[in-house]
Amino acid sequence: MTDFFPLFIQQLFNGLSLGAIYALIAIGYTMVYGIIGMINFAHGEIYMVGAYVGLVALTAIGTQSGLPIWLIIAAMLALSVTVTGVYGYTVERIAYRPLRSSPRLVALISAIGMSIFLQNWVGLGQGTRDMAVPSLISGAYTLQMGESFEITIAWSRLMIIGVVLVLMIALTLFIQHSRMGRASRACSQDLQMAELLGINTDRVISFTFVLGAVLAAVGGVLIAITVGKLNPFIGFIAGIKAFTAAVLGGIGSIPGAMLGGVLLGVAETLAAGYISSEYKDIVAFGLLVLILLFRPTGLLGKPEVEKV
Amino acid sequence: MTEPSTALVPVPTPLLEVRALLMRFGGLLAVDGVAFDVRANEVFSIIGPNGAGKTTVFNCIGGFYKPSGGQILLAGENITGLPSHRVARKGLVRTFQGVRLFKNLTVLENLLVAQHMQVKNGLLSGLLITRAYRRAEQAAIEHAKQWLDFMGLREYANREAGNLAYGHQRRLEIARCMITRPRLLMLDEPAAGLNPQEKRDLALMIDRIRREYNIAVLLIEHDMRLVMDISDRILVMEHGRPITVDRPEAVQSDERVIKAYLGEE
Amino acid sequence: MLAQLPRALIAAVFAFVILAPIFGLKLVRQGMHSALQPHWNIVLWGCAAVFVVQLLHPWLARLFARVRLPSVPALDEEHHLWAWAAVVLLAVVWPFFGGRSAVDIATLALIYVMLGLGLNIVVGFAGLLDLGFVGFYAVGAYTYGLLYYWAGWSFWECLPLAGAMAALFGFLLGFPVLRLRGDYLAIVTLGFGEIIRLLLTNLTDWTGGPDGISGIPSPTLFGLEMTRRASSPEGQTFHEFFDMPFNPDHMVIYLYLLALALALVTLLVSNRLLRMPIGRAWEALREDEIACRSLGLNPTRIKLSAFTLGAMFAGFGGAFFAARQGLVNPESFTFIESALILSVVVLGGMGSQVGVILAAVALTVLPEVVREFAEYRMLAFGFVMVLMMVWRPQGLLPMKRPQVDL
Repeated sequence: MTDFFPLFIQQLFNGLSLGAIYALIAIGYTMVYGIIGMINFAHGEIYMVGAYVGLVALTAIGTQSGLPIWLIIAAMLALSVTVTGVYGYTVERIAYRPLRSSPRLVALISAIGMSIFLQNWVGLGQGTRDMAVPSLISGAYTLQMGESFEITIAWSRLMIIGVVLVLMIALTLFIQHSRMGRASRACSQDLQMAELLGINTDRVISFTFVLGAVLAAVGGVLIAITVGKLNPFIGFIAGIKAFTAAVLGGIGSIPGAMLGGVLLGVAETLAAGYISSEYKDIVAFGLLVLILLFRPTGLLGKPEVEKV
Repeated sequence: MTEPSTALVPVPTPLLEVRALLMRFGGLLAVDGVAFDVRANEVFSIIGPNGAGKTTVFNCIGGFYKPSGGQILLAGENITGLPSHRVARKGLVRTFQGVRLFKNLTVLENLLVAQHMQVKNGLLSGLLITRAYRRAEQAAIEHAKQWLDFMGLREYANREAGNLAYGHQRRLEIARCMITRPRLLMLDEPAAGLNPQEKRDLALMIDRIRREYNIAVLLIEHDMRLVMDISDRILVMEHGRPITVDRPEAVQSDERVIKAYLGEE
Repeated sequence: MLAQLPRALIAAVFAFVILAPIFGLKLVRQGMHSALQPHWNIVLWGCAAVFVVQLLHPWLARLFARVRLPSVPALDEEHHLWAWAAVVLLAVVWPFFGGRSAVDIATLALIYVMLGLGLNIVVGFAGLLDLGFVGFYAVGAYTYGLLYYWAGWSFWECLPLAGAMAALFGFLLGFPVLRLRGDYLAIVTLGFGEIIRLLLTNLTDWTGGPDGISGIPSPTLFGLEMTRRASSPEGQTFHEFFDMPFNPDHMVIYLYLLALALALVTLLVSNRLLRMPIGRAWEALREDEIACRSLGLNPTRIKLSAFTLGAMFAGFGGAFFAARQGLVNPESFTFIESALILSVVVLGGMGSQVGVILAAVALTVLPEVVREFAEYRMLAFGFVMVLMMVWRPQGLLPMKRPQVDL
């Protein structure tokens, strides 16, 4: 019984770092949904592409290069962000923009097609087997709790929380104060009205996709370093989880996505810790179904009024 | 063209009664204390400047919005907050601002779908094509034919509804309502986008429907000539509030109405 | 053409950025570490192709606008019937002359015809995107597998039950979920399909876990077993009864004919449903839910009927699948399978039954015939789904509306 509390703290910490990644991906879902009202099904795949590009960059530099670790990680992030930005832009141009006035079902199927395509695209290019990612940041800080239990705070997980925190603050400032941020807020209020007011909505939409892709790529690189392996199928589950996070927080709301990500990450690791790790996915999916049934507007979302 | 026809069928309770209707969206009061009644076989119109809350009143009556307050009674029965399909089953059907047809279904299919709330047929009788099923299906087609003829749409029966001319689409939408044998027909801006000849035809058609099928018509319309021509009584709304309910002549000379339309001097 | 030059250049640069890290620099494992293996040829060819296509874009667009696809020949009712009869007759007769592996592939294709027609009810007719269809397929397969394992039930006893169980699952899931908007529905059904698979994997005591259940017997023919030896002393085998030498091909052909029968029943029933009030209500709902409500149609009930019936057909398909494979395990019921069935429906043209049948046959036979294609199969499916939505969402063979003489 004395182990209960330390285990809880340990899982809470692990959940927080996992949740931070979910939050990063969830922002992409929520921003796209906020503006064009569609679920970008291929978003999880963008995250996966980001992780792969990060690994390519790391392999190109090599772990024995003698460069400082922060520089290596920065280089991985820079390359990954550039490439996924282009991916995000291209996906929107090819698969979504021509369908903007089509029925929802049509756009959604196109998005699913894109998701399947990207998964197999990477599978074809880089193989479908697990790739090992060398660990850059090893070691942890151990915290003695009581007599028999200690908590491990892995540096890599701490780094995730730190990086995500900085990005969240930067994003919030950007959305609040920059021109593009204002335009994008206007578009999520009313796309047609924004267009009438002279906002280039195509540009705002493209920008949203690129921004979402960039954040997801950061998540991909960070998780690859932490978990130590990746394959082309990691985007699928991560995508659904992040979508769950976005819905949990209230789809369309950026703070909601952050909150939802953290809550989901914690719920999942607690479930893994106290029930069984096999059931953590079931907990996430079950949570998704329950929220959609009982509170489809999520925690911070606004209720939608149906237009008759 | 119209006479006060309430004397025809003296009913103790009005067909539709709206009491102190209130609809709030967030901080906005879209409808604020609207009250009126529609008597049997009457043409009752709601007019008012854009954004006065007319369509919101329709959506509350039809069950598309849950009113924030007030009551809606159909022949004395409280229908406030019933889901829209239940309201329709009680004999209250509507058209929409900007036509809402099943565009990829044929004209005939549009009229058949509308009869489904009456046609009670099990899955099995349909799969086995029992005689009862065939008879019901034939009756539905006959009924549809009758309305196609009424609206002059028979030659387009097998055409996809989305390919019809706009005026024809409007007529089909009204036929689709009428084929459900309603007690009250609600038309949301039926004359919008029609040319003068089509508007005259529409007025005649509304009058004919009302007489031949003994129903009441609740109308939202911007075309004043049409409204004054066919309405028995008119409700004028502004900013979600009722200004007056009266007969057309009285409404036309009402100072408050003129002010609402022309603005304060 | 010069005006297109900057655009084409930018596109080529984008193509480079997209291709280089995935195809140009291949990660290869070297012991504990990984290394990069450059493949610049692919990247350069890709960039060049994108450059040329973008350069010729206006010209190509004009060319494509002129290309017309053949529409389905409009057969009148009488010819229609004859054509169908001929096709069915051919489908019944050919396996007796075809090779064993060809018949086997055809059986698989027919399973996808069945699943495609079932999903078509949900996606094509009612316009509800169900991404967890494979969950109901799994329910059907495991209904037979578990009932056989725990109670020794036979295929024919389980078949109706498999359909009923899948329908029940569809009903229970659909009841709360179908009030949701379309895109949420897609995600929830996807989650549901995954939950079923994860439960099947993890409830090891009941379902055999990741290994599943094996040794599931094939269907019998009026009580005759199609095996070399009867499974019980009082059982009788097909070849003994007819006094023939044992031939394993009989089993293959029998399974094929069974699949054909099931697919035909699915086709006839779904075709009939479409022409019934319920089918018209599905289509009306797909077109405009608000208009449906204004006419007194209860959207939840209509959706639920489509969802339940679609699930039922998946359940039948699942039971047959279990009988054909002889084993069931969770691996057969991943999201990829749902995506495959969905692409059958999408390629065939949502709502078009002939289209769905042709697409199911094409998508199962093609990877078998062209082995090289198998590697690119899912890539191609994803691509085709996007292409179809952008270019021709009604499918290659859109449905013709029923015409009524008045």
